[in-house]
Amino acid sequence: MKYLILMQVDPTVLEQLTPEQGKLIGDGHNAFMAHTKERGEFIATQALADPSQTKVVRSVAGVAQTSDGPFAEAKEYLGGFYLVDVEDEARALELAHMIPDSNIDGLALEVRPVMFSDLGDL
Amino acid sequence: MTPGATEGGDLLRDLAPQVLARLVRTHGTGQFDVCEDAVQDALLAAHGQWPADPPSDPLAWLVTAARRRYVDRIRSDSRRRDREAREALLSAPLHPLATGADAGLSLADDSLLLLQLCCHPALPRPAQVALTLRAVAGLTTAQIANVHQLPETTVAQRITRAKRRLAELGGDLPRPRDAAERLGPVLDVLYAMLTEAHLTTDGTPARDTDLAAEAIHLARLLHQALPGDPEVAGLLALMLLTESRGPARQADDGSLIPLDEQDRTRWDQSLAHEGIALVEATVPGAAPGPYLLQACIAALHAEATDTASTDWTEILALYQVLEVVTGRQNPTITLNRIVAEAQVHGDGSALGSLDLLEQAHPGLPRLDAVRAHLLERLGRNAAAADAYRRAARATRNLAEQQYLQQRLRRLTQASA
Repeated sequence: MKYLILMQVDPTVLEQLTPEQGKLIGDGHNAFMAHTKERGEFIATQALADPSQTKVVRSVAGVAQTSDGPFAEAKEYLGGFYLVDVEDEARALELAHMIPDSNIDGLALEVRPVMFSDLGDL
Repeated sequence: MTPGATEGGDLLRDLAPQVLARLVRTHGTGQFDVCEDAVQDALLAAHGQWPADPPSDPLAWLVTAARRRYVDRIRSDSRRRDREAREALLSAPLHPLATGADAGLSLADDSLLLLQLCCHPALPRPAQVALTLRAVAGLTTAQIANVHQLPETTVAQRITRAKRRLAELGGDLPRPRDAAERLGPVLDVLYAMLTEAHLTTDGTPARDTDLAAEAIHLARLLHQALPGDPEVAGLLALMLLTESRGPARQADDGSLIPLDEQDRTRWDQSLAHEGIALVEATVPGAAPGPYLLQACIAALHAEATDTASTDWTEILALYQVLEVVTGRQNPTITLNRIVAEAQVHGDGSALGSLDLLEQAHPGLPRLDAVRAHLLERLGRNAAAADAYRRAARATRNLAEQQYLQQRLRRLTQASA
């Protein structure tokens, strides 16, 4: 079963991390990727640029418009994701707990089941 | 390309498990990973050489080639010492092997041995499925990746890890006479493949490999190996009967059609007849195991021309036996029993049973879908709409979600 593990980040929390904490997070993500790859559970990951770099394309009164900034003003934003294929939900949650963000107040991981996949020509 | 697209490809696929079984018999399950790699090497070599120079005895050719590759691999593996290479040479003389010379062990024994290894209970389910598709069904890593919509590297890693785990577990090979002992996980893995093929939670159409066909092919192999086992026969019959409904299960636009609305003239009659005949041949004197009981229920559906003429009393009785033999541990069986109960004792009685089931198993998949149908039939449209809404939100299957949303729309438009 495929799960998308969404990394919800608060940019102000990230700013306040010490260099040591930052390194721990980086190492933790590398270890997480190595672990899931070795087990044949890893599909993909992407890290997203700062929310301030976002453009929003939408319809306003039936007219397509492009504007700056995220769709919804919020404290937490989608910072990136892991896409994994695991035996069951319990394993997906176990993996989420291994991601370093799960140990930092103000960051969170959202685990959501995938319903449809097309990864292109594999 | 489908694995059986060419005759040569088909032959290699059929021979691969036999070659692998022979190597594993010689070198032990502790060497499963090296044996499997050696067989893959030999298959590649055959693919290149056979078109120009076809062997007179393909199996003997492959066994000899695989044994050579095995020795090469052991030699080149720095972690293993010369001692192992010497032992491999001694135990596997490099002369061509006459077909059937392996102490009368049959193709069926080979398939059974490999199925038991690949479905080892110590492996996680996704690894069991991937390894079985590769080592027994003979699919390539790319084909398995395509079936599950996964990157090839993910599947390759999964298989590598599963092989290494099997090698770690080592141990003696199961003797054919002990076959039934490790059969449970094999049956469950094959059934999980068919379920995944029909109700892919990812909802992804496999483009060139038919997982259902592979699962049935493997069940046939297992039935050939153990023709007297009623659960194996039951599993094969259940698969054939389930698969026979395939052509009627989806509308032209891809949407799901529930059993009671299917055009049964579109069911595959030859699959259905084969399934029914297998059930009839197996049931007399057989212990009522879970797969055989489910096959009996599927056979009763296959024999009926529509929902009204279905023998629901018998189906309800079979579900009650099924609940007992599974120790009432499987709430999905109870849910299916309640569907039959509604036909026999009425929708009101079934709704009461549904409430009890939900108390014991909150969030059970499909429970709200069943409740919605019962409420709709009773004319309680508002409550039915709520249940459809909850069911559509809860499902992980895209086709099922679209079906439930369509029922919801039909209901709310009718009530408006």
